[in-house]
Formats: sequence, structure tokens, C-alpha cells
Amino acid sequence: MSAAQFDVKYVAHLARLQLTPDEEKKLGAQLGGILGYIEKLKALDVTGVEPTAHAVPLVNVTRPDEVRPSLPHDDALRNAPAKANGLFMVPKIVE
Amino acid sequence: MLNQLTISELATKLAKREVSAREAMQSCLDQIARVDGKIHAFISHDDPDALAQADTADRAFASGVTHAQKPLLGVPVAVKDVLAVKNQPLNCGSKILGKFISPYDATVVEKLKVAGAIVFGRLNMDEFAMGSSTENSAFGVTHNPWDIARIPGGSSGGSAAAVAADETIAALGSDTGGSIRQPAALCGCVGLKPTYGRVSRYGLVAFASSLDQIGPFAKDVRDAATLLRVIGGHDPRDSTSVPQPVPDYAASLTAGIKGLKLGLPKEYMIGGLDPEVKAAVDAAVKQLEKLGAEIVEISLPHTNYGVSVYYIIATAEASANLARFDGIRYGARVDGADPIELYNRTRGAGFGAEVKRRIILGTYVLSSGYYDAYYLRAQKVRTLIRNDFLQAFEKVDAIVTPTTPTAAFKIGEKSDDPLQMYLSDIFTISCNLAGICGISIPCGFTGSQPRLPIGLQLLGRPFGEETLFRIAHAYESGTLWHKEKPVITS
Repeated sequence: MSAAQFDVKYVAHLARLQLTPDEEKKLGAQLGGILGYIEKLKALDVTGVEPTAHAVPLVNVTRPDEVRPSLPHDDALRNAPAKANGLFMVPKIVE
Repeated sequence: MLNQLTISELATKLAKREVSAREAMQSCLDQIARVDGKIHAFISHDDPDALAQADTADRAFASGVTHAQKPLLGVPVAVKDVLAVKNQPLNCGSKILGKFISPYDATVVEKLKVAGAIVFGRLNMDEFAMGSSTENSAFGVTHNPWDIARIPGGSSGGSAAAVAADETIAALGSDTGGSIRQPAALCGCVGLKPTYGRVSRYGLVAFASSLDQIGPFAKDVRDAATLLRVIGGHDPRDSTSVPQPVPDYAASLTAGIKGLKLGLPKEYMIGGLDPEVKAAVDAAVKQLEKLGAEIVEISLPHTNYGVSVYYIIATAEASANLARFDGIRYGARVDGADPIELYNRTRGAGFGAEVKRRIILGTYVLSSGYYDAYYLRAQKVRTLIRNDFLQAFEKVDAIVTPTTPTAAFKIGEKSDDPLQMYLSDIFTISCNLAGICGISIPCGFTGSQPRLPIGLQLLGRPFGEETLFRIAHAYESGTLWHKEKPVITS
């Protein structure tokens, strides 16, 4: 994928990130450069190689299915930008 | 002056009641008042709280509690602004968290407190740990104590600068691609990235969940070993922490290195490596040989793919981890007519340029149509990189490299060229991808005026920190680099 095909607007929308036109332009150029550098990975032969999602030999780490106390309600609301009636306030989602 | 002591030295004086914890804490606060105007290692520091903790420590000493029970009793330890400390601000060097006050302690903070440490300060960092210079903080740039026109490194630049400038006895930072080791090298202190899973990440604001580790900054190797013993260990609250017992790292420090095999990867001594850095590392290797180690040339053939793999995997993971900063449950909020507009505006206003760059890149490499070509491929190359190290560790006990290709560069020198900035992580980055451990220790200075520190990196097997400490301590015992202090000028 080359710089020309990098659609900053579309990816910014996926990331829920509002960019100014200036930021879009600058980012597009910088990311084009970075992606150009990353192209070197295409040269490697990775046939038969298993992906490493993370380097530790742990799988399916679970704890007993017991009810335990979690963060108290008030603490959870403490940093809320907007709250009422013990709830987080948000803009209307459904008409 | 008390703030200039190491943990070991201060603990000795405290134990003998020659000095009080309050005097020690005050000494650090006085140094901060003297120099932090120029260095800006701290975003903030709660002095009354720090002194109250010191008083608690003094009462404990008075009632007979000793360092045998609480190894860090009365010792000031400052923390990077990415770690949760109950009732203290948590901003990760960003605007987007607004006036967030943490409702809980990170596991490492709990462990420090149980060990009696005075946990204080919010140390400056690149926003959300993304950066190699601490120029990306929303709270201003941190300056290298050795030359305030230069960067201290990043992302844990505040941690490294604070230890180097004796504003604290020790500090904690985090390392995802070198963010402890690189600033430690550039500021002339000891910095350790433990093996992934050695230290709990509960309470560490996540950047890249498969790469992040918390680790110590210290004035000498013994202090780093002491800190790792306190903060390490399995934590049921972090399902990626490994149930491996924590050894008494300080106990095996003086075992010497006769017969140990040290690997020199031929791919690391390349063009782009500053001649003075190369000279210092070469001299350090000769010193290690004199101490009885056998130097073996090894190859890590996939070295040059490290930066590419990292900037796919780390940004992909970051794009997911930073999705939670949406102005709904915490932090700053910029309102919108609907949630999508609220998210767009909040995140657009709250994140800095580097964070945006990485979120966009990470989102892209995970997006439909590109996932296989980028993310999946990067994970396969990650396997190749990890195998390079595991194979090397069949032949050698540890690997020796420069920590960074150059000494500290000037503030602003690389901030316009993100790719140049990324390439400066070439020696530290593969360690996180492979999940192994790494330490940086001071090994010399440049000949410039003022002199700038140079770091030697040792890389060890998974859970091989004991060997790293042993080698680092042997080298440190025969040199005085770690005892030099910067003269902080305006």
C-alpha cells in the first residue's frame, strides 16, 4: 500500500478522531513515509511461521467464578464529566 | 546531602536513626525546588502528602519496624504519570484525562507502600508513553540534567531526569519499546525493563498490552535489584503476570562473571552508531572480558525489521487501548450533538500529534483489507525476532549492545521527523517484542562540553534478571561512571 492510497479521513473516522484539514495533510504525508519504511517487511519469507500475539507461555488464565467487591459506585462516578442520579450522562443515542 | 544518596546508603542512615525519613523527603523536595524549574522532571508533586508519608515512616522506625520487614521504609520513590496512585492525579502526560484523580493504587504502588516507601510525584512523560524524547507531553518538555538544551530521552524522561538530578532517590517508569532503558542511558542512570510478565501491569495505563512493563530507575545496580524484588511477582489482577517466584536479586549481585558467555550481535555495531558510543561500548566489553567473561560474536538476523514490526504491533494495540478515552466516563469532554460527534471532538481536542499519528497508523493496520498484510505479517516476523534471541541464548548467557545509537540529541532536533525518532529505538525495541529482559547501565561519556552520558545495554533470557544484575554489578564495581553527577546550569 502506498502513500497515495492511505485515506486519512476514513481511518480517522474509524478511530473516532477529528482532525483539522492541516492535521490530515501532515499526517497523511508522515504516515505515507512510515508505511513506505514498513514495506520492507513484505520482503521476508514468513511461510509456516506462527504469529506471536504475546511472548508469554500463558493461556486461558481464569479465576474462580466467585462474586467479589469491585470499585465502589461513588469512586466510579468521581471523575465523570457529567453525571446525575448515580449515572453517567451522555448525549441521546436513540431517538 | 540526603537526596544524593542511593537506597542502600539512605536505608543504612535511616536504620541507625542518623537521619529521619522527613529529612530525607525534605531534602528531595528542596532539590526539586532548586532545579526542577530548569529540568521539569515533575508535572506535579504533593509535598504535604509526601511529608505525611515520611512522618508515618518515622513513627514506624520509632516503634521498632526495620528494613528486614519493610525494605524501602522511609525511602522516597517517585512515579511516572502513567501509574495509578490513589487520590493523586493520573494524566499520562495528556490533556484528555482532564482532572482525573485515581480511585485506586496500581499493584506496584501498593507493593512500594507495603515495603514502606514514600511514593510521591507525577513524573513527566511522552503522552501515553508514545515517544523517545519527552517532547510529546501536554505538560511541557523535560530537560536533560547533563545539558538542559537536550532531551532526557523518553517516554520515561521525567523518571530518568529526576534520578539523575537527585530530585528523588529512585523512580518507576514503564518500557514498551525502550522507554526505561533509553532515557536511563541518556541521563546516566540504571534502568531495567523486566521480562514481560515479571511485574504486574494492574494500574499501569496501557499503551501496548503485549509489550508494556513497569521497571525501576536507580542510581546503581543494587538499588535496581532491591526495587525489582519489591515490585515483582504474580498478581491475580493481571492475567498476563507470570506465577514465577521472585528471587532475592540483591543476594546474587556479587557472584562475579567468570566463565559467563556474553554475545555481541554483529548487526548492532553498524553505521549510524556514533563513534564515541561505539568506543565506550567497546571499552566496556573489554572490561567485561577482563572480569572473566567470554565474548562471543552472535547474529540476530532480523534486527533490522524490529522497528517496522514494533510500529505495527504497538500502534495496533494502542489504537485499541486508547479507545476508552472518549469523554464519557472520565477525563475531559467536548460536547457533541450525538455520541459520535462527542467522541470525535473530545479525542481530536484531547490527544496530541504523536498519539493521533499512532492511533491512525494502528487503526489502519488493523482495518479490513490490511490486517493480513500488516498486523498478521508483523506478528509472524515477531516470532522470527523472538526465535533469534532464544537461539542466541542457547549459546550465550547475556547479550551486550549499546543502548542507543547516539547520546542525547537537542530538543527539537528530531521532532519534525517521526521516522527518524522511531529509528533511534533500534537497539531497545526488539527486547519488548521478544518478551525478554534488558538493563541499561552507565558506561562512559562523550567528549563534548558538557559531557553526555552513554549507556551499555545487557539483554537477558526470559526471567534472567539475576544474570543481568550480576553482570551489571560486576562492571559497575570496577567503574565510576554511575557516581558522576550533572552540574545543573541555566
